[in-house]
Amino acid sequence: MARAVTQRRKTFNTALAWAVGLVIFFPILWTILTSFKTEGDAIAYPPKFLFFDWTLENYSIVQDRSDYMRYLWNSVIIAGGSTLLGIIVAVPAAWSMAFVPSKRTKDILMWMLSTKMLPAVGVLYPIYLMFIKLGLLDTRTGLVIVLMLINLPIIVWMLYTYFKEIPGEILEAARMDGATLREEILYILTPMAIPGIASTVLLNVILAWNEAFWTLNLTAAKAGPLTAFIASYSSPEGLFYAKLSAASTMAIAPILILGWFSQKQLVRGLTFGAVK
Amino acid sequence: MATKASRSAARVMMAPAVILLLGWMLVPLIMTLWFSFRNYQPLRGGDLGFAGFDNYIRFVTSSAFWPAVVATLVIVVGALAITVMLGVLLAILLDQPMWGQGVVRILVIAPFFVMPTVSGLLWKNMFLDSVNGLFAHLWKFFGATPVEWLIENPFLSIIVIVSWQWLPFATLILLTAIQSLDSEQLEAAEMDGAPVLKRFWHIVIPHLSRAITVVILIETIFLLSIFAEIFVTTAGAFGTKTLTYLIFQRVLESQNVGLGSAGGVYAIILANIVAIFLMRIVGKNLDA
Repeated sequence: MARAVTQRRKTFNTALAWAVGLVIFFPILWTILTSFKTEGDAIAYPPKFLFFDWTLENYSIVQDRSDYMRYLWNSVIIAGGSTLLGIIVAVPAAWSMAFVPSKRTKDILMWMLSTKMLPAVGVLYPIYLMFIKLGLLDTRTGLVIVLMLINLPIIVWMLYTYFKEIPGEILEAARMDGATLREEILYILTPMAIPGIASTVLLNVILAWNEAFWTLNLTAAKAGPLTAFIASYSSPEGLFYAKLSAASTMAIAPILILGWFSQKQLVRGLTFGAVK
Repeated sequence: MATKASRSAARVMMAPAVILLLGWMLVPLIMTLWFSFRNYQPLRGGDLGFAGFDNYIRFVTSSAFWPAVVATLVIVVGALAITVMLGVLLAILLDQPMWGQGVVRILVIAPFFVMPTVSGLLWKNMFLDSVNGLFAHLWKFFGATPVEWLIENPFLSIIVIVSWQWLPFATLILLTAIQSLDSEQLEAAEMDGAPVLKRFWHIVIPHLSRAITVVILIETIFLLSIFAEIFVTTAGAFGTKTLTYLIFQRVLESQNVGLGSAGGVYAIILANIVAIFLMRIVGKNLDA
């Protein structure tokens, strides 16, 4: 009896959860479908769901007209570069906070997190002015630096929580055996820290890829990443649904795939450990 | 156990991150503060001298200020209410035994990874458009007149877009929290004959209270500064000019840097009030 009831409940839960999941996912699904339609089918009434002439032409047109590859390349450089730079700066800091904690470690960590809460618009003009003076406006270098700085607190924080999980006794044992600091880092710490570093990289690439305040305000045609590329479709003259959909699909696909691998890191990285 | 040598090594290793963040925080902040006390208009004569608190007073007394405050509050509170309520329900649903749980989780979380400019534009054109949007089709199908969503209901439209983006975040955090709930406690309550609603109010909600607080605080910090969603949909028209957008326009579009900087200082103070509460919770967890 009990088994039958739970089985029925499970079926009900499954149906409900799938229905809700599909509703939430629908805008993305619809965008992907529309990207394969002709412009006529894209705005047809009644809407065509699956039975339309599937075509790839939108993808090639978007590439030809707007030079999608250049924006994609800018996104890759900006997201990848800022994350890499952030990791280089953050690893030593997180390492020392996790393994050589002092009385002030907690205060420093908290202070770092608090810089993340500074609203970007509050410092928009100073950054804009500095970019003009230093010739960084509309350059990838400038964005790599800014995105590195805005994500640095999260990178330090995530690495710190991962490093904290590495047992300190192992390091002490290595020290007893006469390992130097360099050997300690290279042969003991690094292998144990790689998974944590990889997770941190993953989340920060996603955050940098989707960042849409500084990328919109500090770039123009030259260094604009995909966020700016899509924003250029907001003018009504250039609007075609199928092409907009193709451009959107290409902009979000890489990160959707990465994102699915990073669900756990999301909780850790964005709640600053306040939820476990 | 740390030796003196390793302590000084630690300090050296920490230095780059600390110096960079200190510079990143202090330099622009001091510049914003400086500009906020100047009558500085780059396109109209440059720096026209000390302005005292004029910019601060003019910012809050301008006709655009209170509408911007209202717009900000409506969007933040609306999106928070929707994401937290639906997030709790979704987290409970996803915690139940079912087939294909992993796939459903992926479907629910996906919107969070869509870049803000894409979600703004795809909602604006493919759903909310009054001629070719799916909602317009649906309205026509039922014989109703299609609605110009972004013009007639601009707040509702933006709240829907923003909630769609942030619901996955709320759900994921709350799901993580709910999974640590002791299922025996729930079963015991069920055995004692406590009805579903009572179990929900007296066991699930109290257990989730801290996670809900964290979701509200973190979302508030991000929602206070939403920009791209408005930039690509209404561009601040139809009353959707939030504080962030108003400051952006003052600073970059009309290049009244003094006035915009004073607005920026207000925004910083506002964000810090929220941040203090969040940091308190984070700090408690660091001790534990």
